[in-house]
Amino acid sequence: MVSATTPAVFDVVVIGGGLVGSAIAYGLRDSAEHVAVLDEGDVALRASRGNFGLVWVQSKGMGMGDYGRWTLGSTRLWPRLAAQLLELTGVDVALEQNGGMIPLLGDLEVEARVAWMQRLLAQPGMAPYPWKLLDHHEAAELVPGLGPEVTGAIWTPVDGTVNPLKLLRALHIAFDRTGIRYLPHHGVQSIAQRGGEFVLATAKAKVRARKIVLASGLHNQVLGEQVGLHLPMAPQRGQILVLERTRRLLTTPFVTLRQNDEGSWLIGDSQEDAGYADDVVTLPVLATLADRAVRTLPALKEVRVVRSWSALRVRAQDGFPVYEQSATHPGAFIATCHSGVTLAAAHALRLAPMIGEGVLARELDPFSTRRFHVQKT
Amino acid sequence: MFRRLDAAATELSARTVRVTVDGAVLACREGDSLAAALLAGGSNACRDTAVSGSPRGPFCMMGVCYDCLVTIDGRANQQACMTPVREGMVVGRQSGAREVAA
Ligand SMILES: Cc1cc2nc3c(=O)[nH]c(=O)nc-3n(C[C@H](O)[C@H](O)[C@H](O)COP(=O)(O)OP(=O)(O)OC[C@H]3O[C@@H](n4cnc5c(N)ncnc54)[C@H](O)[C@@H]3O)c2cc1C
Ligand code: FES
Repeated sequence: MVSATTPAVFDVVVIGGGLVGSAIAYGLRDSAEHVAVLDEGDVALRASRGNFGLVWVQSKGMGMGDYGRWTLGSTRLWPRLAAQLLELTGVDVALEQNGGMIPLLGDLEVEARVAWMQRLLAQPGMAPYPWKLLDHHEAAELVPGLGPEVTGAIWTPVDGTVNPLKLLRALHIAFDRTGIRYLPHHGVQSIAQRGGEFVLATAKAKVRARKIVLASGLHNQVLGEQVGLHLPMAPQRGQILVLERTRRLLTTPFVTLRQNDEGSWLIGDSQEDAGYADDVVTLPVLATLADRAVRTLPALKEVRVVRSWSALRVRAQDGFPVYEQSATHPGAFIATCHSGVTLAAAHALRLAPMIGEGVLARELDPFSTRRFHVQKT
Repeated sequence: MFRRLDAAATELSARTVRVTVDGAVLACREGDSLAAALLAGGSNACRDTAVSGSPRGPFCMMGVCYDCLVTIDGRANQQACMTPVREGMVVGRQSGAREVAA
């Protein structure tokens, strides 16, 4: 329930308390006095609780160079976000930016991937970053026990990982510390705008706001319609295997295999790079994941799986982020992306201040929903 | 210290199985899980956590909490609650995370 100390009208209300909404709300604390986050209960689809935790660059942006640039920019801001969160909340989100690799099994994969990287980085709008094809021996220096089947790996120094659950927790502790109101069980059912003010109807209360941010993950399509934003979504399932904790062995992550700060191993496929079975959930997929992981690092044969899960990726139809202020309902912003971990720093430190100002920078124009709609005149 | 339920008295006729726990012989009841045997034998903690090193012992007794990890016959990360005692088993307290041979 909204308590008596709550202002009659919030400056900004963020709809959705996943990683995207939380990062934005956190970033708004400097530019808005009264901020609230409305969230659903545990029934919601929540990619933020089921992801792989990569802060990743090298597979992003094919088909939209601006996305590659925005992603790289976010990873450069990440150390600042991690340091801020540690200071404010005492939670170390375990950011590691030691570089990252895509394992290549066989010459065909090597050829295809090198050509892909060259095409990716030649696109207009891309920001350049160093990358290298490591041969087996070079890769084995980074990965003790690398399997003989690994012909090589594409390596970049710009990739990394974070502990995604600690990140979500840190952001929510930050809400408490900075006076951001977090209201769970406040799923927004309808949005109305009257006299420059939004009224959000939830099952528990009507919440009023001068500005709103739609960050409700897969629900953004439905809410967007209510403020004149037409966003075609295409959810995509992803699966993850978690192995038991062991002493730390792997400090340079692969896109599909990493060991987290506390020793658990995660095997999964990161959406952009899923050259195999990335949108089905079947045992053969888990088997394929496990098989590739064991070929990459044979010692994992001895390490037990403790659980597996699947989660739905929040994804616009073309796979790129969406940021826009509604033309018909000024003051209503939308934010949707499928790499909410990687982009958390950009959302907190770049996007949120723009929302605070009330204007998105020109730099974000390529991410508007206009790209989905063919002009009819 | 845990005590056995009276209802389990009938089980007392069961054969004794001997395992070694950190070098000392522990007499267990045939059919016990290793975790039950450890608790009945007075060791409440069988491992130190991988993250903070704090001691842990069997908690859920049904395979989900992983707080009962021990080394059995040289293999680390074995769940004591999911492992029946076996004559001659060599059990060790597990300190921290197991190692993966690379
Ligand atoms: C298997 C998998 C692996 C992934 N790996 C990575 C990775 O390695 N790196 C990376 O950067 N990204 C990764 N992602 C993507 C990342 O997890 C998502 O981009 C991110 O979590 C999206 O956050 P979100 O806040 O938009 O969505 P969500 O986490 O879905 O949050 C949406 C929130 O909105 C709330 N909500 C919904 N409807 C309403 C309503 N009407 N009113 C109020 N609240 C509402 C829900 O309760 C929920 O809390 C992965 C995703 C998956 C599924
Ligand atoms: S006591 Fe919980 S897993 Fe063994």
